[in-house]
Amino acid sequence: MEAARELDKQSWRCIRRDAEHNPDGKNKMQLRFLSRSENVSLARLLAAGMAAENELTVAELDEIKVAVSEAVSNAIIHGYEGAPDCYVEMALALTDTQLVIEIRDQGVGIADIEEAMRPNFSGKSDRMGLGFAFMHSFMDEVEVQSAPGQGTIVTLYKNLP
Amino acid sequence: MKAEIKIKQYLNKSWLWVRLSAELDMAVADTFRDTLSNAMASSGCRNLWLDFSRVSFIDSSGLGVLLGRYRQLQPLGGKILITNPNEQVYRLLVASGLHRIMEIEQPQSYRLRREGS
Repeated sequence: MEAARELDKQSWRCIRRDAEHNPDGKNKMQLRFLSRSENVSLARLLAAGMAAENELTVAELDEIKVAVSEAVSNAIIHGYEGAPDCYVEMALALTDTQLVIEIRDQGVGIADIEEAMRPNFSGKSDRMGLGFAFMHSFMDEVEVQSAPGQGTIVTLYKNLP
Repeated sequence: MKAEIKIKQYLNKSWLWVRLSAELDMAVADTFRDTLSNAMASSGCRNLWLDFSRVSFIDSSGLGVLLGRYRQLQPLGGKILITNPNEQVYRLLVASGLHRIMEIEQPQSYRLRREGS
């Protein structure tokens, strides 16, 4: 988590041109925000806003909002264990066929990703463990890269019509 | 956006009516849970009527609060009624399975679309 706090001191590099990574000229956006709970709604609104450039239904936009909400909530609640002063990063990219949303934290990481993905209703807390289940059912593909102490990267893919 | 919670007591202390105006995600979940728990405990009501006409969004953090209240009421033989959910909220209540343990009003637009397709 220290590493995440350090992010603040690094210079925020402005890349003038991204032709190499974005040859087709589709839209791209990157955002870095504090792990405060009010930022969850801002993150999902931004993702839905970019998704709305395409011909998706209102229901599909709602589903993207839920998936982003779950990924960002996980980063804050699990990755940073509720600490509000760490950074979450979100990158959005549109290709000809897909909307790709990457949500990244530098928190505690996940030891057993399969276990973390399983819904868990039996826990004492009110949380239902449905976050990953919703990401999987509402997006076309979900990738998770994580290791203890290494942070977590969740990548959500939505196929476009 | 601040959450607004309005609470009334009905029908011989049996039903607690609650209207939340917010997006029910992790930013609102704790406040909503604490307010509900306290109101249920202090009123002694067994049944919870949640007016969701002003809940514009829900995710698993919000659904967790609902499940928690169900667990709180179940030993007392109480129940939870949810009225006026929008389509997004209704779909998640169904996806999470909460519609099997709570009484949930189906949005008219959702019903019409289902019948039409």
